[in-house]
Amino acid sequence: MRVITYRDALREAIREEMRRDQRVYILGEDIAGYGGTYSVTKGLIEEFGEKRVRDTPLAEEVIAGTAIGSALVGLRPICEIMTMNFSLLASDQIVNSAAKFHYMFGGQTRVPVVFRMPGGGGAQRGAQHSQFFESWYAHVPGLKVVMPATPYDAKGMLKSAVRDDDPVMFVEHELLYNVKGEVPDEGVEYTLPLNRGDIKRQGRDVTLVTFSRMVHICLQAAEELAKEGIEAEVLDMRSIRPVDLDLITESVRKTNRVVVAEEGWKYFGTGQGIAALIYEHAFDYLDAPIGHVTGKDVPMPYSKPLEQAALPSRADVIAAVKAIVPAGAAAR
Amino acid sequence: MAIREATLAGLSREQLLDLYYQMTLIRQFEEKAAEAYTLGKIGGFLHLYIGQEAAGVGAISALRPSDYVVSSYREHGHAIAKGMEPRAVMAELYGKATGSSKGKGGSMHMFSAEKRLFGGQAIVGAQLVIAAGMGFGIQYEERDDIVLALFGDGAVDEGAFHEGLNLASLWKLPVVYLCENNQYSMGMAVKKAWSVESLEPRAAAYGIPYVRVDGMDVLAVRQAVETATERARSGGGPTLIEAATYRFRGHSMADPAIYRTREEESQWKANRDPIRIFEARLKEAGVARDADIRASDERAAEVVEDAAAFADQSPFPEPGALYDDVLLDGAGAIAWRDKPSTPRD
Repeated sequence: MRVITYRDALREAIREEMRRDQRVYILGEDIAGYGGTYSVTKGLIEEFGEKRVRDTPLAEEVIAGTAIGSALVGLRPICEIMTMNFSLLASDQIVNSAAKFHYMFGGQTRVPVVFRMPGGGGAQRGAQHSQFFESWYAHVPGLKVVMPATPYDAKGMLKSAVRDDDPVMFVEHELLYNVKGEVPDEGVEYTLPLNRGDIKRQGRDVTLVTFSRMVHICLQAAEELAKEGIEAEVLDMRSIRPVDLDLITESVRKTNRVVVAEEGWKYFGTGQGIAALIYEHAFDYLDAPIGHVTGKDVPMPYSKPLEQAALPSRADVIAAVKAIVPAGAAAR
Repeated sequence: MAIREATLAGLSREQLLDLYYQMTLIRQFEEKAAEAYTLGKIGGFLHLYIGQEAAGVGAISALRPSDYVVSSYREHGHAIAKGMEPRAVMAELYGKATGSSKGKGGSMHMFSAEKRLFGGQAIVGAQLVIAAGMGFGIQYEERDDIVLALFGDGAVDEGAFHEGLNLASLWKLPVVYLCENNQYSMGMAVKKAWSVESLEPRAAAYGIPYVRVDGMDVLAVRQAVETATERARSGGGPTLIEAATYRFRGHSMADPAIYRTREEESQWKANRDPIRIFEARLKEAGVARDADIRASDERAAEVVEDAAAFADQSPFPEPGALYDDVLLDGAGAIAWRDKPSTPRD
């Protein structure tokens, strides 16, 4: 299979869906002539023109409102929010409109919008440009929240998100755009479900439940742990809501130990939510308390060493695993 | 001239009597709703439209059935004027399964896909950006429908007003923005909230034509909206209409309106009641006699009584309806729900 970047995989998904369905269009800040802040939409203006590749003013509430309103009358928008940090300016429309209409209006309407945006830190963007708010949105009934980690997953899930009749928060990561991976040739049709996780590495001693960029850090940690005889299973959630609880509990039944690893803040977030679900649904299968690797509980600092200290590392994952896996695990 | 041939503002007698009927129907519907609220049959907030009937009825009468309306939380009147069944609107207020939103929405969330009344938006100003999006969808598909966005004087202070109007003007979207300026956003007088006296400079800021109209004059509102719809339909972009009106009741049923005087209220009610103004005009023009007015009022009363009886007799939603329509696939927060936690051997 050919190898392409996460960015190119996203662009292919958008292009294929726009070719497939005239109702699909994209809108956002600087997505046309500029090609997208992270170049995801580069070149699409040439193929699809201004009608379907809409540059908007810097006004997140009306960007989201335009996507939602146009979806109400029959279109299928892909709405790029420049970064997840700015999604707070659109959050009223996302939470109070997109997530509510299907239910609040008795099933009479649907809101098939994809809100695409990168989040996360690691590129020295400072406190206001390095955040993940996936747990804020995943808290809300009526939204789907997905965070693919690989080019293959990104393409397959974005195509599904466009075809989905519910609003989908499609959360990317600034540092994933250049990550490469195997993806079928352009035009070779495949889609992936929006409610299924994926075991990225099999293991017997501990399950690393993770998502987005941390999947790659966990895979690296697992390689190092393997050298010491500890076989970690890396479970990529891919979807935060709905969460694939089935896959998580199955893995816990096998390994009996869990570390949840995420880039965001520790308290009241995705990881604690997952840990609570595991305690609720698979407590009997746990042989140790659930470990939790997170970003530090501070606004993201700019200075490189401080930023690196604030982000969860491979060493943090390894330490968390060793804290709950007995030294003799390998001999078990 | 025979009475059946009498006209006003280019409308037929039948059309004129229908405008009167719509306004009285809404007035009586709202009075019945207030009564039901005090009896505990309606819960939550209840924002009545009494006093503002001419604005909504006049505006919506200028639309085609295929045009869209998106409104605020004070929208019962708009829903009825757009053709929604009073039965379905009242049942929604009662929280019944037969309500327009199956009892899931309530007073602030009327919706009809069929009649193209797209909410019932209870976040102040939200409908201004949603209307822009609906207008964009219409423009994208090259249809000739338009969107009428109805909102109050409080909404124009929200960021959504500015973001929405700027984009609508920039992209020449087929939207008519109608502000029903009833002088108060809850208890906040317009004079205390607006840095300018009218919406004219705000419309000018986005290059949008501005029209001020007497919101108590149903024909004047209709005419202003008609002109604006023509502009919108022909690709000319949005218009901002400010209709000066007054709500005769408090902000909601819970509001004793201590921020304004009883004298002010009685002045409006005695001299500026839009229904009485229109009745006098109809009689003066020879369009209606007392008997016509009486017959119309009685017909409205019957429809309202029927709606209330229907709501009374309708069942509440089944408990199982709780999880319906959250997401289309019903997955909710967790993709798997049915497998119970099994104990470890």
